[in-house]
Amino acid sequence: MIKAILIFNNHGKPRLIRFYQYFAEDMQQQIIRETFHLVSKRDDNVCNFLEGGSLIGGSDYKLIYRHYATLYFVFCVDSSESELGILDLIQVFVETLDKCFENVCELDLIFHMDRVHYILQEVVMGGMVLETNMNEIVAQVEVQNRMEKSEGGLSAAPARAVSAVKNMNLPEIPRNINIGDINIKVPSLSPF
Amino acid sequence: MALKIVKGSIDRMFDKNLQDLVRGIRNHKEDEAKYISTCIDEIKQELKQDNIAVKANAVCKLTYLQMLGYDVSWAAFNIVEVMSSSKFTYKLQRIGYLAASQCFHESTDVIMLTTNQIRKDLSSPNQYDTGVALTGLSCFVTPDLARDLANDIMTLMSHTKPYIRKKAVLIMYKVFLKYPESLRPAFPRLKEKLEDPDPVQSAAVNVICELARRNPKNYLSLAPLFFKLMTSSTNNWVLIKIIKLFGALTPLEPRLGKKLIEPLTNLIHTSAMSLLYECVNTVIAVLISLSSGMPNHSASIQLCVQKLRILIEDSDQNKYLGLLAMSKILKTHPKSVQSHKDLILQCLDDKDESIRLRALDLLYGMVSKKNLMEIVKKLMLHVDKAEGTTYRDELLTKIIDICSQSNYQYITNFEYISILVELTRLEGTRHGHLIASQMLDVAIRVKAIRVFAVAQMATLLDNAHLLTGNMQRNGICEVLYAAAWICGEFSHLENPMQTLEAMLRPKVATLPGHIQAVYVQNAAKLFATILKSQEGNTDSTAAQDTSQLMIDRLPLFVQSANLEVQERQASCILQLVKYIQKLQQKDVEVAEEVNALFAGELNPVAPKAQKKVPVPELDLDAWINEPPSESESEDEQPKAIFAKEEPKHSRPRHTEVDEKELARQRREARKQEQANNPFYIKASPSSQKVYQDAPGVEHIPVVQIDLSVPLKVPNALPSDDDDKDPNDPHKALDIDLDPLADSEKLPVRSHRAAEAAKSPAEDGETENATSLEPKKKSSKEKREKKKEKDRDRKKSKEEKKKKKHKHEEKEEDLLGGQADEPAVQSEETSEVAAPPTSTSAEVSDLDFWLSNAPVPSNTQDSEPDEPKDAEMEETKSSKHKKKKQKKEKEEKEKKKKKKHHHHHHHSDGGGEESVQNGTVEEEEPLPPMSNYCLLAENSYIKMVYDIQGNLQDGSQVVVSVIFENKCDSFLKSMEFNVLDSLNSKLQRPEGSGPHDGLTVPFQLPPVSNEARFVFTVQSIVMPQKLKGTLTFIVKNEDSSTHEKLDFKLHFTCTSYLITTPCYDAFAKLLESGDLKGSSVRLEGVNMPFHHLLARICFHHHFSVERIDSCASMYSRSIQGHHVCLLVKTSGQTVSIDAKCDEPTLLGNVLDEIKQTFSQC
Repeated sequence: MIKAILIFNNHGKPRLIRFYQYFAEDMQQQIIRETFHLVSKRDDNVCNFLEGGSLIGGSDYKLIYRHYATLYFVFCVDSSESELGILDLIQVFVETLDKCFENVCELDLIFHMDRVHYILQEVVMGGMVLETNMNEIVAQVEVQNRMEKSEGGLSAAPARAVSAVKNMNLPEIPRNINIGDINIKVPSLSPF
Repeated sequence: MALKIVKGSIDRMFDKNLQDLVRGIRNHKEDEAKYISTCIDEIKQELKQDNIAVKANAVCKLTYLQMLGYDVSWAAFNIVEVMSSSKFTYKLQRIGYLAASQCFHESTDVIMLTTNQIRKDLSSPNQYDTGVALTGLSCFVTPDLARDLANDIMTLMSHTKPYIRKKAVLIMYKVFLKYPESLRPAFPRLKEKLEDPDPVQSAAVNVICELARRNPKNYLSLAPLFFKLMTSSTNNWVLIKIIKLFGALTPLEPRLGKKLIEPLTNLIHTSAMSLLYECVNTVIAVLISLSSGMPNHSASIQLCVQKLRILIEDSDQNKYLGLLAMSKILKTHPKSVQSHKDLILQCLDDKDESIRLRALDLLYGMVSKKNLMEIVKKLMLHVDKAEGTTYRDELLTKIIDICSQSNYQYITNFEYISILVELTRLEGTRHGHLIASQMLDVAIRVKAIRVFAVAQMATLLDNAHLLTGNMQRNGICEVLYAAAWICGEFSHLENPMQTLEAMLRPKVATLPGHIQAVYVQNAAKLFATILKSQEGNTDSTAAQDTSQLMIDRLPLFVQSANLEVQERQASCILQLVKYIQKLQQKDVEVAEEVNALFAGELNPVAPKAQKKVPVPELDLDAWINEPPSESESEDEQPKAIFAKEEPKHSRPRHTEVDEKELARQRREARKQEQANNPFYIKASPSSQKVYQDAPGVEHIPVVQIDLSVPLKVPNALPSDDDDKDPNDPHKALDIDLDPLADSEKLPVRSHRAAEAAKSPAEDGETENATSLEPKKKSSKEKREKKKEKDRDRKKSKEEKKKKKHKHEEKEEDLLGGQADEPAVQSEETSEVAAPPTSTSAEVSDLDFWLSNAPVPSNTQDSEPDEPKDAEMEETKSSKHKKKKQKKEKEEKEKKKKKKHHHHHHHSDGGGEESVQNGTVEEEEPLPPMSNYCLLAENSYIKMVYDIQGNLQDGSQVVVSVIFENKCDSFLKSMEFNVLDSLNSKLQRPEGSGPHDGLTVPFQLPPVSNEARFVFTVQSIVMPQKLKGTLTFIVKNEDSSTHEKLDFKLHFTCTSYLITTPCYDAFAKLLESGDLKGSSVRLEGVNMPFHHLLARICFHHHFSVERIDSCASMYSRSIQGHHVCLLVKTSGQTVSIDAKCDEPTLLGNVLDEIKQTFSQC
């Protein structure tokens, strides 16, 4: 079981949090802080597994994380998950984000937290891995996005115009997550 | 309406959306909290509006704020509103569910409002509506929701879209957790989903693995199914999960381990890193569980270690995992790890501390006499380089652990002392005490080392200031304790004066008290030795100087705060030395006397020393002192005393009466008191009465409870529950999954017509299938219980008969006959009419599965035994199954009575107990049998094969071929090809032509391995032969040659039969007349009848019911033909009457049976 998925940046600012077990909000924040503390002081070239923080579940739990440019993707899992498998899953998730956002960067995650959630929902459900095939995930996400766009018609059009106006200067945002170089290191699960 | 919407949207231009909120927060870095609080106020306003889109926007923003740590539970109701906006747009609904999944939890009270909404969404025609609802529900499902929606979700498990199916399957786990009662009814369907195509299958595997991880016992029966998946699936996720699951199952069932080794090693050869790692882990678990150290497995261990080496040489995470797994192997097979010492030492240089620590763990188990010093020296280098005290301390303890393990087993020369001395130079270590105890230990144990040790200790004492630089706090000064003691005790010093001086330095006073005490004491010892050596010389001044030194320095210690130092040591010794000085001044020789103070050597004691002490001859039963005389012990009876004065009889009588009276009075009084005491819980009046009547405790009747029928609490697994957290939700899921009663079914709501029509039948089938699964854990108890009941039943029958004899003697014959008859019938019908089975019944018969299929790894030696085991197991389990059924069938016996008249000839033996499956315990054991027959053989390779019907597909048979490499070379690129006939075709992977061969999925070192090939057959009524070739490359060290071996695959008709327990309608079938009959006689069969039956069962896949000298047998073909046999024996003649709905098939099967017996 996956107990929590946390995405935060190099300064520990949460970009997405998804707990599959209930924690009160202040507890959630404390877990994020503790996890950030544990993860951030590790070199980039050490292994990606950590015996879990005491907060989230004791000795059975491991933190498995990957660090991409400015973001940490941390999965907190118990011993029923395969360590390398989860590492691959993170990679799949990030690559999916990259496909859905076209060169994903931290700002995409900041401004479209909801969309990131929707993508994550196609990968992990209720703490269990739902789908690992990236093409399938992307396809499902896109169908749903299309559905969302096409529906409403009249009511949605002005809203789109509004957001177009508001987002006029967004493209200048630097795109800085670079996942290309990570791929080589992934012990790939070939036939996903 | 439209206008209103447009207007609403224009209003929204001035609302903030999520992006605006984020941007705003980023622009207000200084006063973020203040900005957010104004935003929350705005959101509150927005939530008050009617427009659902505005509300959704507000909820979306709240979700973001929730991430930042703001409690948004106050908006829970609004979230529910947005969730229920599905009639407006998908987008809004999605926002609602997302918000709910982020902030709802079990104690959110508005959740109960959502039940109907969720149900509606679940049954929405749009799969994405359903999907969103499922996803959301998976995060906030409560026991109530789980109970209310379990049916709906179960229905969705058979949805037409895999997208919904996979989600529905996954969410079932959450439902089980919250509503454990749903597990049993849902399980059959969940099991079905294991056969679904990939995404759904993987979800089902996920759920079952998760369930099984907590309560593996209950899922052992699924092992064959998972085994099949493991050998067929290509999805690494699924494989990883399954392999992990097997890792949990093998400790429970060692036979499983044997079966797993081979396919796992195959997987190890081929797979991706993550899969490889899990395989290795499970192989290790298997080997640990086997632990019998079978020679065949050294190869697998070697393979694991090699693969781990690859992992360790790979990237960092793999290195860590590799070392982790390596340490597991080390525990059971240290030798195989030792060869990789170089690699492990290399890991000590790794940057990552966790990797270094893992490597250290490994080193501990790898040392031998030869490499110990090398390893330790390497470690010492690391100690010098190491940064960070924790790691260095870890290193230090590991060095000491390594050296001292099992009583210094690996240490040959005592460089160890110098290593210890070197270790003391470490800055800031916490382990001074450990080092000190090691020093003492070694010096005391080994006489030869003492001189060397003392010299080392002397230098240590001399340089004490180096150690005490930043002392006390880190406790390294503890070593001085050892050093001082060793110097004093074994004072073979070159320059004792110098050491004595070192011991009496003023700085010593700053050491902890207990060390000072040792210093003083040992200074005195040293003083004694010095005196002795100096008095030998004529120069008396030297001795006096020494005394003077002592007298000068000791007062320092007298002032010590430590009592031990101050009184016992210093002042006492000071006085002693002063006295000695006086004597010296009088030129008296004192050395002898002074030395006598410290005489005696402390010797090591061997660990076995205690054994050498003879056991004193003690008879613990015998009296140590004379026992008190009989008369003394009976002194309450005053007759001895009074005998002289009074007549013997009167006094005792008197006391007796007296005592009785007294006891009665006391009891009365106590009762009175109890009655008046308000705090005494009184027994009910009736029981009090009993109490009054009963004279004492001895007379309270104790009911002997006959526990020959064990009290069985269902679902109680006491053995492994003790350590579990009582609040663990998984405990509730520890549910026996085997049979399903009708009442237990969750009624399936029929909102899809097609499904409603289909599902009951489906359920029925699976139910029946599962009902056959043997309840392993309780089988014994059940059997006992059954026996008991049978006995009871017989008794009652006899009694009845007796009554009948009395009252209706005239009708005796008639009635007696009848009375006998139903009894026999009941037994028989119940057995013959064993429950219907689907094909999966066999799959789930774990015992059968585990022992039937040959173990590829050791085919050669164990094959003859295995099938026999299988037979036995099968017999047992089927017996047991049937008995279980008996009771239910009893009720039906009356109805069936008439139908079964034609069965009379079966029961020649009258009321005799029938015997199932041809075995009786008293009869001699079955000879070993094997179904594998030779396919082809040449000097390189031997192939044996067995054909079995595919349980899942009526048109398929599986040919298992065991390839055995007979030469020393490596066989590779094996290609298996068969010339297809019209009727039978080899199944080839998609894209390959009809004449392409199949590559055998492994290479063959000089062992044997099994591969399976699937054939499609159309008609199964005729036996068939297919020609084929195996091509392979024989690879030697220097050359490789192509070789070829032709063979003929013989598909007999029996290979299309599947062992199926006689099913419900067996008798009906025979009666119906649909079956064509045929018969055959076998002459001169001189084997015991049960052997004969066992042979037919085994070779021809029949199940059997035996009654004395005849037996009825049943089997079913993969295409559903029924084959029934009635086998009778008289002398050496065996006659087989057979019926089948396909006469050709029957004829062929009979021919084959005949052939089987003509061969023997």
